[in-house]
Amino acid sequence: MELLDNLALGFSTALLIQNVLYCFVGVLLGTAVGVLPGIGPTATVAMLLPITFNFEPVTALIMLAGIYYGAQYGGSTTAILINLPGESSAAVTALDGHEMARQGRAGAALATAAIGSFIAGTVSTVVLAVAAPPLARVALQFGAAEYFSLVLLGLIVSIALARGTALKALAMIFLGVLLGTVGQDIYTGTPRFTFDQRELYGGIDFVSVAVGMFGVAEILRNLENEQTRTAIVTKVKNLWPTREDRRRIAGPILRGTGLGAALGVLPGGGHVLASFTSYAVEKRISKRQQEFGHGAIEGVAGPESANNAAAQTSFIPLLTLGLPAHPVMALMIGAFIVHGITPGPNVITEEPALFWGLIASMWIGNVLLVLLNLPLIGLWVRMLRIPYQVLFPMIVLFASIGTYSLGFNAYDVYAIAFFGILGYVLIKCGCEPAPLLLGFVLGPLLEENLRRALIISRGDASVFLTRPISAVLLVLALAALVVAVLPTIRKRREVVFTEED
Amino acid sequence: MERRRSFPDVLAGGMFILIGGAFVVGALGYELGTPLRMGPGAFPVLVGALVAALGLAIVVKGLIAGEVAEFGPVPWRAIAVIVLAVMFFGFTVRGLGFVPTSAVTALLTTLASTRVRPLMAVAVAAGLTLAATLIFVVGLQLRIPLWGPWLGF
Repeated sequence: MELLDNLALGFSTALLIQNVLYCFVGVLLGTAVGVLPGIGPTATVAMLLPITFNFEPVTALIMLAGIYYGAQYGGSTTAILINLPGESSAAVTALDGHEMARQGRAGAALATAAIGSFIAGTVSTVVLAVAAPPLARVALQFGAAEYFSLVLLGLIVSIALARGTALKALAMIFLGVLLGTVGQDIYTGTPRFTFDQRELYGGIDFVSVAVGMFGVAEILRNLENEQTRTAIVTKVKNLWPTREDRRRIAGPILRGTGLGAALGVLPGGGHVLASFTSYAVEKRISKRQQEFGHGAIEGVAGPESANNAAAQTSFIPLLTLGLPAHPVMALMIGAFIVHGITPGPNVITEEPALFWGLIASMWIGNVLLVLLNLPLIGLWVRMLRIPYQVLFPMIVLFASIGTYSLGFNAYDVYAIAFFGILGYVLIKCGCEPAPLLLGFVLGPLLEENLRRALIISRGDASVFLTRPISAVLLVLALAALVVAVLPTIRKRREVVFTEED
Repeated sequence: MERRRSFPDVLAGGMFILIGGAFVVGALGYELGTPLRMGPGAFPVLVGALVAALGLAIVVKGLIAGEVAEFGPVPWRAIAVIVLAVMFFGFTVRGLGFVPTSAVTALLTTLASTRVRPLMAVAVAAGLTLAATLIFVVGLQLRIPLWGPWLGF
């Protein structure tokens, strides 16, 4: 069987001692930043990215991926224990998980989250291994026109990542694309928007954008009104769920896994969508609807499985098409490029050990996460007591050192301050930073393929509509745009109606 | 229908108009080319105009039916101190070297919090400098001199 051969290759790569070690470091760091409020996986990956440049490419990517799904895990721990979701997708877990913790069943909630995540992670790793190769083969047929339409679709779908209105998210995406044009033009070499500063010829480094928008801006938000943090749950006991619990969580875990694995493939925000959908489904089909919101264990099992399954399958668009589904993956694209690998359908044939090694490492990472989380839960609870006055200087200092070490270029460091303030003001105005980062990373791809497609078609813009795959992708993009705009229209109408009453 | 003006929405839209417009003006200075061979200016002009148009829509919507009601408090002290700390790092790391620059950057940053006590600030700065030196220079072999030429080394 080809699949088994591939997985054998993957595990032989992932089980190399340095890869297991850095996978462990990745999930450990990921859990830590998922637990700690005020620092997220995007800022962490951005800070650590320069360090990984010295590693083997596969080792670097294994560690960065570990930080990503480790953070999804850690985020649910704080959601359950202190009602503070570390990641947006854990917001649903807080509804019933924290309620369980207040009823003294924190242990059962944490164990359910861990078991659900592990099962979901295992299943969706297999899904990833089965689904990725055929998709990559399809993607190999893609020309410039198809890629342009695909990138556009990915950008539009990423509106789902943002909480604000679709209009603002759209503006943020294209602001990101615009900022991505700074630097030398790829076709003519003309320096654009560089103010004659040689340091800007290479463009703005995306690490500076990410650290500024997600690290510094977040610190400024937190310093607005400083409060002493309150730790609520002190002791966690009775980890193992009862027989009744085990019976109740089996269904939600399986349904959540299926939903998450399917929705995670959508470029942009699939994991958030998955956990919300799973919660809605569980609530609808449950015989105990009134328990939801008051500590129903199904409300933890379903969304947690869904969000972890989606976290794994969201690597499918990254590995087969080179499209990031999350800001962390946008940074991983940067890691691919630094190591001289173009992310996309060619990775699977040109770097099979890297491709399958990364997939196999995700399963190993899930095993490590269970081992890390259940016995060490006390340690994570204690980490919540680290005062913020220690944390934020650490973020600022490490961010400065990390971005400087990229190319020993002081402009990269100044850019942190610039994007920190820009990001802060935009966040205050209700504009989320995630779409901007995706636009920034994908913008150059968008421009390159637009121009190449027009050269190939001799300047005929209808090529995007006459080639069938491209046309389908554009229709999907349009549909996604309409869907994203619709709820705001509906909400507006509701507002109008209530005011008339 | 009652109008709900939103200052933050108008501000956000204004920023998009300003930045988008600036890129359009800047890009018009580069060759635009033809659809067959787009010049370096064409794509930024298109995207800049799009950003400005979206900004205009946000402003209009903010004047009619705003969503973000208040801008909220602004931590001026934190903004000033963190910008200063980051600029200091970029400006002096080559001249002063890794250790002094890290120490001053960390110390400056701790001052961003209004609750910090002097003794704690010094302790945090010293601890972070030590940690950063061990992690980045000793552990990861980052090629930045510990003490820079401005100090006579």
